[in-house]
Amino acid sequence: MTDVLVVDKLNAGYGAVPVLRDVDLTVPAGTITAVLGANGAGKTTLLRTITGLVRPTGGRILFSGADLRAVKVEQLVRRGIAHVPEGRGVVAELTVDENLRLGGLWRQDKADAKKATAEVYELFEPLARRRAHLGHQLSGGERQMLALGRALVARPTLLLLDEPSLGLAPKVTAQIMALLKQLRDTTGLTVLLVEQNVRGALSIADRGVVMSLGRVVMSADADHLLADDGLRHAYLGF
Amino acid sequence: MERFIFLTFDGLSRGAVYAAFALALVLIWRAARVVNFAQGAMAVVTAYAAYMVSDAVGSYLVGFLFALVGGLLLGAVVERGLMRFVGHANPLNDVIVALGLVLLLTAVVGIVFGGEFRAANQPFDTKAIEVGGVPLMSRYDLFIWGTVATIVVLLALLFTRTAVGLRMRAAAFAPEVSRLLGVNVGRMLTLGWALAAVVGAVAGVLILPTELGLHPHAMDIVFASSFAAAIVGGLDSPVGAVVGGIIVGLILSYVSGYLGAALTPVAVLAVLLAVLLLRPGGIFSGVRARTV
Amino acid sequence: MTTTKVRPARSPISRLITPRQTGPRRGSTLLRHLLWVAVGAVAVYFVSYGIDPFRNYQLATVAAYLCVTAGLTMLTGLNGQLSLGHGALMACGAYTVALAQNELRDRGVLGAWVLPVSLALGVLVAALAGALIGVCAARLRGPYLAGVTLAVALVVPAFTTRFAGLFNADQGLSVYVEPAPAALGPYFPPERWQAWIAVGAAMVSLLIVANLVHSRFGRAFKAVRDDEVAAKLAGIHVARTQVLAFVVSAGCAGLGGGVLAVISQSVSPSVFGLTLSLNLLLAIVLGGLGSLFGAAWGALLLVLLPYLTTEVTRGFELSPGLANKLEGNLPLAIFGLTLIIVMLVAPGGIQDAFRALGRTIRRRF
Repeated sequence: MTDVLVVDKLNAGYGAVPVLRDVDLTVPAGTITAVLGANGAGKTTLLRTITGLVRPTGGRILFSGADLRAVKVEQLVRRGIAHVPEGRGVVAELTVDENLRLGGLWRQDKADAKKATAEVYELFEPLARRRAHLGHQLSGGERQMLALGRALVARPTLLLLDEPSLGLAPKVTAQIMALLKQLRDTTGLTVLLVEQNVRGALSIADRGVVMSLGRVVMSADADHLLADDGLRHAYLGF
Repeated sequence: MERFIFLTFDGLSRGAVYAAFALALVLIWRAARVVNFAQGAMAVVTAYAAYMVSDAVGSYLVGFLFALVGGLLLGAVVERGLMRFVGHANPLNDVIVALGLVLLLTAVVGIVFGGEFRAANQPFDTKAIEVGGVPLMSRYDLFIWGTVATIVVLLALLFTRTAVGLRMRAAAFAPEVSRLLGVNVGRMLTLGWALAAVVGAVAGVLILPTELGLHPHAMDIVFASSFAAAIVGGLDSPVGAVVGGIIVGLILSYVSGYLGAALTPVAVLAVLLAVLLLRPGGIFSGVRARTV
Repeated sequence: MTTTKVRPARSPISRLITPRQTGPRRGSTLLRHLLWVAVGAVAVYFVSYGIDPFRNYQLATVAAYLCVTAGLTMLTGLNGQLSLGHGALMACGAYTVALAQNELRDRGVLGAWVLPVSLALGVLVAALAGALIGVCAARLRGPYLAGVTLAVALVVPAFTTRFAGLFNADQGLSVYVEPAPAALGPYFPPERWQAWIAVGAAMVSLLIVANLVHSRFGRAFKAVRDDEVAAKLAGIHVARTQVLAFVVSAGCAGLGGGVLAVISQSVSPSVFGLTLSLNLLLAIVLGGLGSLFGAAWGALLLVLLPYLTTEVTRGFELSPGLANKLEGNLPLAIFGLTLIIVMLVAPGGIQDAFRALGRTIRRRF
């Protein structure tokens, strides 16, 4: 099984403040990897550095063998990487339909982009009902669906998700998690999932990576992490 | 009564030009959160170029097209080559750099063309068309309305129906997210400035024949009036810019007609102060926080 | 032995709640400034005897601009209010002085006290105009304030045309100025006398601004510029602070405009247009926003650059038409280009560059 994403001794920070210290991470194809840890551990910065919003000060990022550091942020989606940022990134001033269209604008194959949009509407029925509504008129759960749907319109191979369960009711969170699992199973989508909701994330993840103060402190199979009491207490707090 | 009607139509004419110019200001404000204080000076440059070309070639249309192309290039160059590099540590930096550009452009125009007022010939008859014995408007007024209306419609279609318009709006509302979705935000910003410059260029070409003529400082008062119009409508609102332009055009026309043309700058100042003190968000001020 | 002055890092809030220090400490600031003024006056006295009339005229012009730039750099640099209307405020002072001087001459009122009274009137009128604008603009920030003051700048020709009977529209007025006092001798060059007047006015302006800047008002200016909410929480009345800064800078502009009227013995609206306001902006940015030394550099450049440009173009063989176009506009083009370059490369201006140089030198030795 090939590794879709390889992060090798990654260092990054904001100005003089280092946030990521020698982070190593591998994400095999067709798996869900959960990145866990407390606030301030560097999880969001990790995703932002992978996609190039933050410039790394050292280390490598390889996506299917290609060095991502040389790739501009705008080019990522063309290579098959979709990033749903912290806070979802739904453009509040645009309608649901416009947000989804935005996800597929870069595509040469317009027909397939339309098809992908239709598939997203099928997948997220509440969105189909509110096509003409503006982003800021949606509820939290609908916004998450929109953000996810917009990422899926691009038919990505790697999906980076930053705290999708943030601010959502448990039922909605469960739906999102189930959906991710379904996507992995049916389409072979690779997911790197940053989460505070440890139980929810580990319930669908194949691998779990725990970060603390910018470093990776534990990297293991998800079942192993859940099963081993010692590890669970030490790193996950329950 | 006749005078009032005549002034009203004249005001609508000028108002259309102010509306276009205000639209240019709003375009850049929405895209870059910057008031382009150099918009007037840029319009003077393209207007001079347009009239020189049309005099040389003998065709107004050629000059007009030249202004369009010139505006596009000038806007793109100003954004790409200058405004992009302005540091944002101090919010006044953009304004000061734009003002430096005003000094530079106005002076260059003065060096190349001199400071006297030059005639800018109207392409159409200036004689008023009479309706029911009352002189209402001239063919040139109709041309102005037609042109501005076309611009407004084209821009509206561009922004709401096309892919590039969607990209530009996304780049303005949410630049970081847009980059993640494959939008080249820098290019959209340049395009926004270029479009605004084209609109400003057209407005400049349209209004100058009705003024005293071409002069390096001819657009100063137009900028001030259009700035007032944009503020009246609310800097974030394109519809507001158009409405504001018409309102300011009418007010200035009445002031000019009843109190004397020399007092128009005072009227502009009064309008500005009135709006900024009473309803700073513009008459269309609706509170909309940018949430995600 | 040199001691490096280390300014303790104190937030605007802590500086403001420090109890007002009276007595020797406060006195020393005023004394220090008066000492500077005395030294400057003596220096100018000797310099003015050593240079020819044209240079004295240039010195006078620099001093006139210095009156304005001192107040403007305080307003924009320390208080954060960008004003494009100070050309119009200069016009207020200039026209007031012109009218006062002419009126008093017409009534046969003469004497050495006439000019100071006219200048004081000019300051008053400009300060009143500044108060009016300041009150309206107290709540405006950034581009909104710039836009309003730009509109103010455009109002000058409107007034001079509307009240053409008084202001003589575009042609302007000539200003009657009494010649140098007889006590100085019959051959005393008028340019030197004008230079003394102008430099005297500049000293007054600098003294007032410098003392204000070092007082709690100056600290309030900076506090509002840096963080309005924090300033409000610290008990500063924001609107009053903004108006005070505007009024003082307007008074300075009025003084500068009045002095300019005296030097050139004429006033006309074209001199005080938007271009003048933009030139003043260049002057304070180039010199260094917020620095009084910077204000001096800026004023110097405002006079020197057009002069140098004319000298250089004179060297070339140019048609009178082209020479004419260049003379008015080339300095402005250079001004604009300089403003852009300074803002991009060295936003702190000349004074900041000197400070940085001073720091590097101090570090080495």
